Amino acid sequence: MKARAEALPTQEMLINMGPQHPSTHGVLRVILRTDGEVVVNARPDVGYLHRALEKIGERVTYAQYMPFTDRLDYLAAMNCNAAWAWTVEKLAGIEVPERAEYIRVIVCELNRIASHLIAFGSFTADMGAFTPFLYAIRERERINDLFEDICGNRLTYNYVRIGGVSADLPDRFLEKTKEFLDYFAPKVPEYNNLISYNKIFVHRLANVAAVTPEDAVGYGLTGPNLRGSGVPFDLRKNEPYSVYPEFDFDVCVGTGERGTLGDCFDRYMVRINEMKESVRIVRQAIEQIPEGPVMAKVPRMFKPPVGEVYFRAENPRGETGIYLISDGTVNPYRLKIRAPSFVTMGIFEKITKGLMIADVVAVIGSFDIILPEIDR
Amino acid sequence: MSQDPAQSGPGPAASPGSLGPEAHVMVGNADKFINWCRRSSLWYLLFATACCGIELMQAGASRYDLDRFGAVFRATPRQSDLMIVAGTITHKMASRVIRLYEQMPEPKYVISMGSCANTGGPFYKDSYCVVKGVDLLIPVDVYVPGCPPRPEALIDGIIKLQKIIDQKKNFAAKA
Amino acid sequence: MEPKEIFEKVTEKFGGKAVELQGEGFRPAFVVVSPESVREIALFLRDDPAMKFDSLMCLSGVDYKDRFAVTYHLHSLSVGHQIGVKAYLPREAPSLPSVDMVWPAANFQEREAFDLYGIVFEGSWDLRRILLPEDWEGHPLRKDYKYPEFYNGIKV
Repeated sequence: MKARAEALPTQEMLINMGPQHPSTHGVLRVILRTDGEVVVNARPDVGYLHRALEKIGERVTYAQYMPFTDRLDYLAAMNCNAAWAWTVEKLAGIEVPERAEYIRVIVCELNRIASHLIAFGSFTADMGAFTPFLYAIRERERINDLFEDICGNRLTYNYVRIGGVSADLPDRFLEKTKEFLDYFAPKVPEYNNLISYNKIFVHRLANVAAVTPEDAVGYGLTGPNLRGSGVPFDLRKNEPYSVYPEFDFDVCVGTGERGTLGDCFDRYMVRINEMKESVRIVRQAIEQIPEGPVMAKVPRMFKPPVGEVYFRAENPRGETGIYLISDGTVNPYRLKIRAPSFVTMGIFEKITKGLMIADVVAVIGSFDIILPEIDR
Repeated sequence: MSQDPAQSGPGPAASPGSLGPEAHVMVGNADKFINWCRRSSLWYLLFATACCGIELMQAGASRYDLDRFGAVFRATPRQSDLMIVAGTITHKMASRVIRLYEQMPEPKYVISMGSCANTGGPFYKDSYCVVKGVDLLIPVDVYVPGCPPRPEALIDGIIKLQKIIDQKKNFAAKA
Repeated sequence: MEPKEIFEKVTEKFGGKAVELQGEGFRPAFVVVSPESVREIALFLRDDPAMKFDSLMCLSGVDYKDRFAVTYHLHSLSVGHQIGVKAYLPREAPSLPSVDMVWPAANFQEREAFDLYGIVFEGSWDLRRILLPEDWEGHPLRKDYKYPEFYNGIKV
């Protein structure tokens, strides 16, 4: 395509994609400089949803910040809740009851499935197939029902607390979760039959925007995007936290099965496969969950010791790191959230050079970015 | 509904007292007719900025099926009648919201979905860059509370908007 | 490798440019370095075969009221160890060399620190405001930041 563009030079055009655009997953703005249909340069312009979450963190107490972590990444609110709780617990050295940790893992992995379902659904919708989106939401609604049972909300849960979780699981929750897993497990092959190996779909994704493993590490890609490039790095395995060492699961990596290693298709398949692994983890957690309290003793006026801590958790979009500085008062002194989507956008300009405009949409979808996390 | 009477086949069997199978006549108020058209095809602009956008998506998808009310999402403001502001509006975004609203053809309606669009929501007090309510920028017809509102609440908002449209007088003398 | 060994190695190589090791209460521990030597120390930490810090996890600006700081959280995928690097800066005209040639991941995070703290990263290939509008006044994450009353005629 590049050769053709050189043979037929046309005038360069500046195209604004976003901030209001259906396939930018929110309010991302991409400034495209194109030569005909070929992208010469695509510069992301972020910040249209900058809500000052870090400044707010300095003005509220540790417990009050929990609802804001919901809104940091609303597709994986449980994971963000838990990441915040784990960070503060690491800072203050709070021992969390084991049952609470198991509950956290169950809800985090369920939320990971829900998040990957949105990634799968909206990505395929971007690629022109609207039906899988309806399938994905159908399953996601059942996870929403489960979460509604335990905390009363569908999207922003505020369920995890510093020192545990806000309430024990409701009656029959584990049975209902099991029923859901039995229902969901055969759905993943169904998705694969429906779209994953569809010829048009594969052609749209294979060999598009391949990221080499070196680039992926250097540009700070994490999570499924890093593993899509064939780097088997998963914080749940490599830097285990919570009760993740208790579970047996595989780290899914891209293999370049339909094209180059690290292309859009690999990143897509990693997410599909991770849903299966999450199902495995939840099944094991349901088997092993102990009885006991779900909340540690945490004083009402919670003042952690002076110190600085960096904690990172494996969220659906990658490594959510929280750098927390405490000066011993009730408010955090400084709170920096290292959001995976934000760092991922750094590589965007590099890998979109020379692609077609339609492929830019594929790249955005395959990275599974989410805007509140980019802009915070 | 849209079939041309001249081309349609034989209609339903004439019941006693009706005008017969050929006659397709409805007599009514023009206002009512226009409003009925408008309220039943509320094409909304997919303007999802934050959390509420996901509930908006889910409201339009399998379980809640917003299409029942004639509300179909559009990607461009040029084809939309209704703007559902779903999510936080920041100062950087403000001028774009106004522009999108101006690009929509008349008559146009706005639903402010969720606390952020209503008032700034949880970001009201401590955030330096969140617009404290989308009504500072554009006129709003219906406010849907919640953070985020459930899809049922959004559907309720749309039905409320339909009631507003029903009351509109299209032929009133201009003041 | 333990933070202490890393600190010793850095001191061995760069002498007084590595100021101190902040260990107690810091997880991970910080090697405090002088700001002008950040780039060379970063290159050393990335390329030394015993260190191999190939991944920059997090780059953050901090306002310590009397001075600013820039912190780098490094991780090595091949060796599997972590370290923090910290450089203190004066409040007046804070600036230090950019590390985006060492870790490309730094660019976006440096732009963020520039935007929210006003810390200038010299030699960065693209240092513009990233989150706030171009014409925004002030750097909001500074502790002495006063919220503006109006922006473009809209009440803040």
